[in-house]
Amino acid sequence: MLRFVLKRILLSAITIIVVTMIVFFMTKVLPGDVARQKLGRDASMESVEIYRKEQGLDKPLVTQFFNMNKDLLKGNLGISTTYEIPVSQLLAPAATKSAQLALVAFLIIVPLSILGGILAAMKRGKAIDRIITVGGLSAAVIPEFVWSVLLILVFGVAIRAFPVSAFPDEGQAGIITSIYHLILPSLALLFVLFGYISRITRAGVVEALESDYTRTAILKGHSRATAVRKHVLRNALLPTIAVVASQIPYLVGGLVAVELVFNYPGFGSLLLDAVNKRDFPMLQSSVILTGTVIVSFQLIADILFAFLNPRIRQRTSE
Amino acid sequence: MSSAEKSKITAKQIQSERLKLLRGNKAFIVGSFILAFWVICAVFGEKIARYPINQMDFEATYAPPSGKYWFGTDQLGQDIFSRVIVGARLIVVISFLATVLGAAVGTSIGLAAGYFKGIFDMIVMRILEAISAIPVIIIALLAVASVGRSSPILTILIIGFIFAPNIARTVRAAVLGEAELEYVAAARLRTERTPHILFREVLPNVLPPLIVEFTVRLGYAIFAVATLSFLGAGVETGSPDWGTQVAETWALIFSNTWWPTLFPALAIASLAVSINLISDALLEVFEI
Repeated sequence: MLRFVLKRILLSAITIIVVTMIVFFMTKVLPGDVARQKLGRDASMESVEIYRKEQGLDKPLVTQFFNMNKDLLKGNLGISTTYEIPVSQLLAPAATKSAQLALVAFLIIVPLSILGGILAAMKRGKAIDRIITVGGLSAAVIPEFVWSVLLILVFGVAIRAFPVSAFPDEGQAGIITSIYHLILPSLALLFVLFGYISRITRAGVVEALESDYTRTAILKGHSRATAVRKHVLRNALLPTIAVVASQIPYLVGGLVAVELVFNYPGFGSLLLDAVNKRDFPMLQSSVILTGTVIVSFQLIADILFAFLNPRIRQRTSE
Repeated sequence: MSSAEKSKITAKQIQSERLKLLRGNKAFIVGSFILAFWVICAVFGEKIARYPINQMDFEATYAPPSGKYWFGTDQLGQDIFSRVIVGARLIVVISFLATVLGAAVGTSIGLAAGYFKGIFDMIVMRILEAISAIPVIIIALLAVASVGRSSPILTILIIGFIFAPNIARTVRAAVLGEAELEYVAAARLRTERTPHILFREVLPNVLPPLIVEFTVRLGYAIFAVATLSFLGAGVETGSPDWGTQVAETWALIFSNTWWPTLFPALAIASLAVSINLISDALLEVFEI
C-alpha cells in the first residue's frame, strides 16, 4: 500500500511539472509576442526592450523556465502586469471565493447525482430510469453559460425565486444569504455534472444488485431495502469516487463562465480578466494553480479509492 | 469456406444487425433529425433565412417575437430568426473540423503509444495526463491569449489539439488489446512497415470505440466552441455565431428582453443534445 501511495505521489508530481512546462511553452512558443501584446502595436522598440528586460524575457527559454519554477517553489507567483501587485494577493482571495462556490455546488451535486443513480438502477428499464440516464447526459452536454442564462431567465426574472447575482451586496453577507446566492450558479454546474456521476453510480448499483452476495442477502431473509443499504451501496459507490474526481476539471472549467454570468468575483473572473488584459504572470500562475489543485484532488481520490477497495489494497501490498 | 471468408460474413452480419438496432432506437432518430436540420441550416442558411442577417430595421429595435420577426429583433433591429439559422454554419463547421483534427492527431498518437509501449508510451501518457489536468476552456483561453487574437481557424486548432489526448487514450487502450493478436504478429513476420501495420491492420479493428469516441468528442467540441465564443475568445464580435449572440445580449434579460438571448441559447442546447442522443445510441449498439 505504501509503495502504491508513493508511486502515485511521484506520478502526480511529474504531471504537475509537465503542466508547468506546457503552460510555459504555450505562452512562449506559440506565435505572438507577449511584450508587444502588453504594450500595444505602437509601442517603441525601446520600451518593448525595457519591458522584456524587466520581465526577464530576454534570457534563454530554458533559463526562463527554471527561473519561473524556482519562483513558484518559493511561493513567488510573479507581479500582475495589470494591477502591479503580487499575483498571490489577487489569486488567494479569488480562489477562496471560488472554493466556496465549488464547495456549495459539490454538496448539492454529489448527493443528488448519487441518489439519481441509485433511483435509476432500482427502477431499471422503467421511464424514470430513461429520464435520469438519457436526460442527465443530455443536460451534461449543454454548456454552463446556457444553463446559467436559462436559470436566470426562469428563476431570477420570470418567477423571481432566487437572486441573480452570486454575490450578496455589502453589509448583508451572512452565511445563509451567501449560500442562498450560490444556489443558482450551483444548479448550472449541477446540470453539467449530474449525468456522468449518476450514470456511474447506476452502473455500480446495477452490478451489485445482480451479484451473488446480494442474492444471498435476500435469500437469508433481508428485505431488498436492507440488502441495498448494507451490501449494494458499499460496493456500488466505489467507482463513484473515481468519477467524481474525474469531473473536477469540468467543475473548475465551468466556473469561468458561471462566475461571469453570475457576477461572482472568483478565480474564473480573475482568469478571464487576465486573458482580456494579457496579464501573463497572472494567467500562467492561475493555470498552473488550476492544474495543481486538480492533480492533487485526483491523487487523493486515487488513494482513497485504493484504500476502500480491498482488491487493490491486497494487490498493492503484495 | 475458409476461415477468412467466414469472419468476413460475420463482420457484415454484425454491421447490418447494428444498423437495424440503430434504426429502431428512438433517441438516435430524434438526434439525427435535429442534427440534420442544423446541418441543412449550416449549408443553405441564407436561403432559409427570412431576411439578410445584417439587415437593420431601426424602426423595430428590440421588437418582441411577432409574425414579421418570428424570434424578434436585437439592438440593431436585425432579425434573430435569420441570424440563428445562418449562425448554425460557424459552430457546426468549427466543431466538426476541430473534432476531425483531434481524431486524426489522437488516433496517430494512440496507435503509436499502444503499439510501441515502453518509454515512448510512458512519456506520451505523462504529457496527455498533464493536458487533461487543465480544463479545456482554461487551456484554450491560455492559447488564445498567447497567440494574441482569436479566429475560427485558431479555435479549430486549439480544440483539436486539446481533444487529441482523450482520443489517443481510447485508441491506445484498444490497441493494447490488439497488439498481441495473431494478425499483428503475422504482419510483422511479413515484414510490413510499422505505419502499414498501425493504419491498415490495427486501425480497422479499433474502429468501433473510435467512432463512439468521435461522436462524444463532437458533443464536447460544440460545448467548448460555444463557450469560447461566449467568453469572447472565439469568433469576431457582431457575427451571427450563437455563443457570440448570447454574449452580446444576455445582460438584457434582466430588463425582460429575453428573445435575443433565449433563441440562440436554445439552438446551442438542441445541437449539443442531438449529438449526445446519437453518441449515446451508438455506444449502446456498439457495446452489444
